[in-house]
Amino acid sequence: MTETFYDVLRRQGISRRSFMKFCSLTATSLGLAPAFAPKIAHALENKPRTPVIWLHGLECTCCSESFIRSAHPLAKDVVLSMLSLDYDDTLMAAAGHQAEAILDEIKKKYKGNYILAVEGNPPLNEDGMFCFQGGKPFVEKLKYMAADCKAIIAWGSCASWGCVQAAKPNPTRATPVHKVITDKPVIKVPGCPPIAEVMTGVVTYMLTFERLPELDRQGRPKMFYGQRIHDKCYRRPHFDAGQFVEGWDDEAARRGYCLYKMGCKGPTTYNACSTTRWNGGVSFPIQSGHGCIGCSEDGFWDKGSFYDRITDIKQFGIESNADKVGMAVAGGVGAAIAAHAAVTALSRAKVKQGNASQEQKQGE
Amino acid sequence: MHIEREFRGEGPGGRQVLSYYVYEAPVRLWHWVNALAIVVLAVTGYFIGKPLPSMGGEASDHYVMGTIRFAHFAAAYVFVFGFIGRIYWAFVGNHHARQLFILPFWDKAWWGEVFFELRWYLFLEPKPKKYIGHNPLAQLSMFFAFTLGATFLIVTGLALYGEGAQAGHWTHTLFTSWVIPLFGQSQDVHTWHRLAMWAFVVFVMIHVYAAIREDIMSRQSLISTMVSGHRMFKD
Ligand code: HEM
Ligand code: HEM
Ligand code: SF4
Repeated sequence: MTETFYDVLRRQGISRRSFMKFCSLTATSLGLAPAFAPKIAHALENKPRTPVIWLHGLECTCCSESFIRSAHPLAKDVVLSMLSLDYDDTLMAAAGHQAEAILDEIKKKYKGNYILAVEGNPPLNEDGMFCFQGGKPFVEKLKYMAADCKAIIAWGSCASWGCVQAAKPNPTRATPVHKVITDKPVIKVPGCPPIAEVMTGVVTYMLTFERLPELDRQGRPKMFYGQRIHDKCYRRPHFDAGQFVEGWDDEAARRGYCLYKMGCKGPTTYNACSTTRWNGGVSFPIQSGHGCIGCSEDGFWDKGSFYDRITDIKQFGIESNADKVGMAVAGGVGAAIAAHAAVTALSRAKVKQGNASQEQKQGE
Repeated sequence: MHIEREFRGEGPGGRQVLSYYVYEAPVRLWHWVNALAIVVLAVTGYFIGKPLPSMGGEASDHYVMGTIRFAHFAAAYVFVFGFIGRIYWAFVGNHHARQLFILPFWDKAWWGEVFFELRWYLFLEPKPKKYIGHNPLAQLSMFFAFTLGATFLIVTGLALYGEGAQAGHWTHTLFTSWVIPLFGQSQDVHTWHRLAMWAFVVFVMIHVYAAIREDIMSRQSLISTMVSGHRMFKD
């Protein structure tokens, strides 16, 4: 008989009670009605387990670090039991050839049925030599495993957009997963790192419902990336009132006013931080007094300072922004207009003089 | 070309004065409403990116940013629907109503006139020419700076608006959903929207200067034409 999720969980020493708690927690975090909790339980009890393979490309492991700190220890235990059994070179016990053999085995046994979770991205320069695993460039391993998977989860901003290793000038040509694997659905879960509950939520959704969560045009699950930080920020009343922190040590900072003027990227960042928060709902960057840096947005390293609201435009020089460019041009044009007006007045005076002397001559 | 000749009479100094009806009432009304909306949009837009000094006290006592943003969005709706109305008038209005949208791009003679006007502004021509509608250089700059600029500001502006209005709102469905991915991310759309504002500021500076200058220097009326609709030739 094929193993179900529930079998694995019980084998891992998770009690039935914990399992039921996990099901209702998952239903809530996915925004489903309470009636869905038994459905999730039923699915996990009866469906054959979908294996998840977790690959690591160019990355810093912050996604894994976030994931294993999932607020609810339950969620972590449950989801980890689903995952780590198969392949995750950072977390699993197997090593060396033994570990790599698991890949081949899963690829064959679960052809077209396993989920490929990718943390980090493949660098493409020098034939991929900048990230080398088990004697092969990572890009080859990625393509090899992607060929027979059901779907890919791109963990974090690295896999989704490129992140710091792809920041200009991107010497290794680090490339996000969807640009390398074009024939499989890629679910992006950006963030540096993504929120733990968002990660477990996405995995659980896919494993229990056996379909992809609804994605936006950029491939992110709508349920977690449908709103901006700014839309749900608890400092928003201060924004609307026009109450801003203007220095890190001013009275406004102590009072917890809006961080917009300190370069907060909340208004342009799609993520769930201001709702789910971090570390078990304890806090999130804005709550601890620092603006959002927009870590789940494409190319956030290349958008100038984290502390400017109006950010730099590289095309016009390193330290240029819309206002500097605009004011310079407007100033230049203003000066040109003034000069033009002066010349106009002069030449008009001349013409008038000419006309006047002509009229004088005619009069004589 | 349909030009209604309405008035022929004596001007000061016994010179003949010709008058043509060029700008119909909807065009004139639109021009001034639009100009006002743009002033409001540029001022409020500037302060959206660089807000006024912080307010003190309770958040519930103030609504400064809220009011500025409301004024921006209200003026934006006037601007957007005014522009749509202006496009409609290009279809049903007279020949001059179409000049803002269609350039006689393949007309060599027209390009010649553009260069003539350029030379006139560079003080290389002693005498300006007379035009019933827009002078060709004005038409060219209005098309590129105003018509294209306005379209860009409207598309990016509605995309930003849809972010706040969120999925389901028509601005989100029609604009946000494709504009944000096209630019890469929301921050870039803000930056370009703001740059486009500066482009507009520059256009308005040149436009107003040229209108006043030509009103004085050229052989035809300008500002009063945008008020009354009649183009008067001074000689
Ligand atoms: C002449 C036309 C316009 C000008 C000059 C203009 C100017 C500006 C400027 C300078 C900003 C600040 C950008 C930033 O630094 O973040 C802004 C923001 C914005 N504009 Fe416009 N805009 C125009 C038209 C529109 C239109 C047609 C709309 C459509 C509704 C619109 C909607 C917005 C929105 C939603 C924001 C962002 C507000 C926020 O982040 O709180 N704008 N505009
Ligand atoms: C935000 C400010 C303004 C904008 C965006 C603007 C835009 C325009 C546009 C698009 C047209 C072409 C109208 C058409 O073909 O339908 C036009 C024409 C005109 N505008 Fe403005 N305008 C502004 C302010 C002004 C001001 C302040 C004046 C007066 C000093 C002015 C004087 C004129 C005149 C005289 C014309 C007609 C030019 C001609 O006869 O060829 N405009 N303007
Ligand atoms: S702190 Fe940032 S996210 Fe919060 S209201 Fe201010 S600008 Fe928006």
